[in-house]
Amino acid sequence: MLHIKCPHCGIRSQNEFSYGGDATVKRPELNKEISDQDWNNFVYNRKSLRGKHLELWQHLSGCRQWIKVERDTATHEIFNTLKANEDIS
Amino acid sequence: MTQSFRLENVGLINKDKKLSFKFNGKTYYGYEGDTLASALIANGVHLVGRSFKYHRPRGFFGAGVDEPYAVVQLYRNGETEPNIKATEQELFEGLEATSVNCWPSVNFDIGAINNFFRIFLHAGFYYKTFMWPKSFWYKVYEPFIRKAAGFGVVSTKHDKERYEHKYEYCDLLIVGSGPSGLASAYAAAKNGARVILAEDKPRFGGTLLTSEVNIGNQSGKEWAEGIIAELKEMPNVTVKNRSQVFGYYDHNMLVMSERISDHLPKTKKFHPKQRLWYIRAKEVLISSGSIERPIVFGNNDTPGVILSSAAKEYLKVYGVLVGRNPLIFTNNDSGYETAIEFKKNGVDPIILDTRKDPQSEIVDEAKNLGINIKFSYVVVAAQGYKKVKSADVAKISDDKEQLGAVENIKCDCICVSGFWTPTIHLASQSGNKTKFNEDIDAFVSGTSKQNETTLGAANGTYTLDETLKSSFETGHELSKKITNNDNKISFPNVVEKKSTTHDKFWCVPLPEGKNYKRFLDFQNDVAVSDVEIALKEGYRSIEHVKRYTTLGMATDQGKTSNLNGLQLVSSIENKIVPAVGHTTFRPPYTPVSIGAIVGREVGKHSKPTRKSPMHSWHEKNNAVFVDAGVWLRPRYYKQGNENLFEGSKREAKNVRTNVGVCDVTTLGKIDIKGPDAAELLNRVYTNAWLKLPVGKARYGVMLREDGIVMDDGTTTRISENHYHMTTTTAQAANVLSHLEYYLQLVWPELNVNVVSTTEQWAGAAIAGPKSRDLLQKLFPNSDVLNEGLPFMGYMEGDLFGVKARIFRISFSGELAYEVNVESDNGNFMWEKIMEIGEEFKVQPYGTEALSTLRIEMGHVAGSELDGRTIPYDNSLEGLLSKKKDFIGKRSLNREAFIAEDRQKVVGVVPLDKKTSIPEGSHLVKDSNAPLPNPKLGYISASCWSVEHDNPFSLAILKDGKNMIGEKLFAMSPLKNKVIPVEIISSHYVDPKGERVRS
Repeated sequence: MLHIKCPHCGIRSQNEFSYGGDATVKRPELNKEISDQDWNNFVYNRKSLRGKHLELWQHLSGCRQWIKVERDTATHEIFNTLKANEDIS
Repeated sequence: MTQSFRLENVGLINKDKKLSFKFNGKTYYGYEGDTLASALIANGVHLVGRSFKYHRPRGFFGAGVDEPYAVVQLYRNGETEPNIKATEQELFEGLEATSVNCWPSVNFDIGAINNFFRIFLHAGFYYKTFMWPKSFWYKVYEPFIRKAAGFGVVSTKHDKERYEHKYEYCDLLIVGSGPSGLASAYAAAKNGARVILAEDKPRFGGTLLTSEVNIGNQSGKEWAEGIIAELKEMPNVTVKNRSQVFGYYDHNMLVMSERISDHLPKTKKFHPKQRLWYIRAKEVLISSGSIERPIVFGNNDTPGVILSSAAKEYLKVYGVLVGRNPLIFTNNDSGYETAIEFKKNGVDPIILDTRKDPQSEIVDEAKNLGINIKFSYVVVAAQGYKKVKSADVAKISDDKEQLGAVENIKCDCICVSGFWTPTIHLASQSGNKTKFNEDIDAFVSGTSKQNETTLGAANGTYTLDETLKSSFETGHELSKKITNNDNKISFPNVVEKKSTTHDKFWCVPLPEGKNYKRFLDFQNDVAVSDVEIALKEGYRSIEHVKRYTTLGMATDQGKTSNLNGLQLVSSIENKIVPAVGHTTFRPPYTPVSIGAIVGREVGKHSKPTRKSPMHSWHEKNNAVFVDAGVWLRPRYYKQGNENLFEGSKREAKNVRTNVGVCDVTTLGKIDIKGPDAAELLNRVYTNAWLKLPVGKARYGVMLREDGIVMDDGTTTRISENHYHMTTTTAQAANVLSHLEYYLQLVWPELNVNVVSTTEQWAGAAIAGPKSRDLLQKLFPNSDVLNEGLPFMGYMEGDLFGVKARIFRISFSGELAYEVNVESDNGNFMWEKIMEIGEEFKVQPYGTEALSTLRIEMGHVAGSELDGRTIPYDNSLEGLLSKKKDFIGKRSLNREAFIAEDRQKVVGVVPLDKKTSIPEGSHLVKDSNAPLPNPKLGYISASCWSVEHDNPFSLAILKDGKNMIGEKLFAMSPLKNKVIPVEIISSHYVDPKGERVRS
């Protein structure tokens, strides 16, 4: 079971969190023309990376904040955790 | 019966306390401190079971966790449990156990006939044979295999025992309390670290209990006892026996199962039977020791063939002789230690050593004691069926290829030692890249992935001096890193006998003309010939060989068989062992009871039960409850002998004619506040929200980004920047997360706050033509007439001194209201409604009537909004705004979503107006069409229409909009029903929606 450092609460066990997918996906702006391909990429197409991955988790049973977690999908090593409004420097 | 194999004055058991127990119906005696295995051996019982495939007689092979044979069915305190190792089960007064995998008895087992047909039962036999003919599988093969195979039976009774979970954190977790575990724990504890020391056996000390060594002028056992006593007194140390660390998971989390009561006749009051520990350790020290390796020879599964270390443990710990005429078969010095112990206790062993001329202190001691030693000798085959009676032995050539003349030696047990295999399971589970150590012919831990260190015999270190030194040092260094303390311990003086190198010999060749079974895996009956077949048939990867032959796949996980299997594959393939590699070690290291894994999450504790504030009223009024998500909701209120159908019909009818009241507390409620709240709703819902006035409610549908309907509900504008959203009971949590996702990540610029208020409000839906009359009496000071509170209106009211929110919304299609009060006042509200409503013939109604009312109205709910339908499918396309963007809108023009014959919700009535249509039935054009009959749609919800007094269903039907008036068949193969039906509009009651506005 992973140990995730919530940037708001500190280190907590994985079972307090829920997984939220790729954190690098940006939702297209509202009311903007977008091609079918771009929309499909946003809704469906995800890379299944082996290695470092920036992903979203929600601290569901804690502060309820969505956070970003930089994790190795193969080894589960967690390199960094960020608040929703932060980006990897 | 007497314990004729018990020694006087030897062992660590309590001979003052005699215990009686039963095995296969016969009564025996043992002592406190015995295991079931040691007590049986003391009574001369060696036949304990039958093997898995050939049903060959099986005895004891080990003395602990590595035991492959002695798996029994245990009876304790009126309960029964399978898969118990007799070598681990401690004896208690009144213990009962039986053999497994034998019928009718262990002495005469019909399945043993497999032994004579074994030519048919080779590797892959099941795959090859039982595949054809296909129809035989369920009726012939499977029942036969099920009867013939298996290790015991699971109790079908409710387990009354209590199992607990515990979460713990520590600086160092030390697995195993042998010399390395004790030394490292002591050093770390003295350095101020928080230490957990776990031992799987009842006694601490590991090999120190059985080896002849001296530490700091004390015997090994005395030294161990001193250290443990001191550790137990330290506040920063937790010492646990009967505790098996069986799993090493990510981020240094380990799981340990503590057997608290298994050694007692019954669990003490308020005690759990077992406790599962989830331990997060900063550092893990694996000091789990080594398991002795067998040498493979003919009939090496005969009862009486036993690991030499186990024979020594039975003797020294339990004062029990595994035989009076022992033959020791060894390729290293460990066998000599066992022989010496026999000799010291007046038993004359014979040693067969595969080595030609070993020189060491231990060998010299054996020679000096006058033990008969035959060098360059091997056991060719054990003789005897239910117990070893003699051994065929022979001299072996220096190249280990040629056997000399076979001689027969009388003996009653054969103690085997093929050197040691480090227990690397936990290290491997942690992700450690293990490496092959040529010196010991086994894998040891290599590069760590997590914070673990392997010490002592588990790391292939077999001298006590070296083990203690490195363990003291490691315990000190690791704790220093964590605590910054630097308290050094003085290193004790160690006296031990020096041993010499082992012989890398592991398998005795077959003598000419003989075809003995030579077993690798004792529990799964995998012999040398099986692996040979697998390789001949082209299996190369060790993982494939494992699965094809089932080598190492039994409940013992191949603790005694894996390495010899690898040796065999590597010798046939002409590869070195590291090139073959080992199969993956996975948790659990030993079987863990399902009770321990489940813990307290059983029955009512498996999930929280949420009850509405009116729950006790419902109970008092004969409500029959139903699980609705985590909630308990009244399904109907039983009157007299009514059944569900009659009761719900009465309740629904009363809503259509008078007035009914339903507890809707469980609806999800989200409080939304902030200047941008309207903008958020406008983006989340498919319809327009910017112009909703204060004091008005609106129905809304929200989609996922892929265009599928996520949820529906009403949201009310309480004040300028304050909204009250309702969700379905089931989706409440998901909708909140959904809103938080968009507010925190996608549109952080929106100034809005959302919070769940589901439990803050108690809700009552008041529905029916007389609901307004009732409401007027409940709120005499408020104008609840059509002008003051029109359809979809909202107002606050005073309910006899209690603040209430009144919404004019309807789920039933009738004139209806929903009243919310703070939860604490829920019961007060409910009782007032019932009291005042009496003159209007108010009746409570449950979820069944609620469903009936919504189905015949054609309101879609969870069974239509099932995560597969879009707004059009639910006839909700009128709610899609063309002017604004919203979540999921862009997906709605996907080709399938705009297809001409897209599915749509319709109403369905049976032609005979009598037969109810089972939910889930398929709609087909031709009931006699050949299978697979093309499915046009499915019945999503069914009810008995109280308005029309006949069955009515909703269905999602292909091209539904053009199907009205069509005649189809509803087919339910599960219920064996074919019902001719007509497709009609989904609005079966009040299609123009006049009642809700009346």
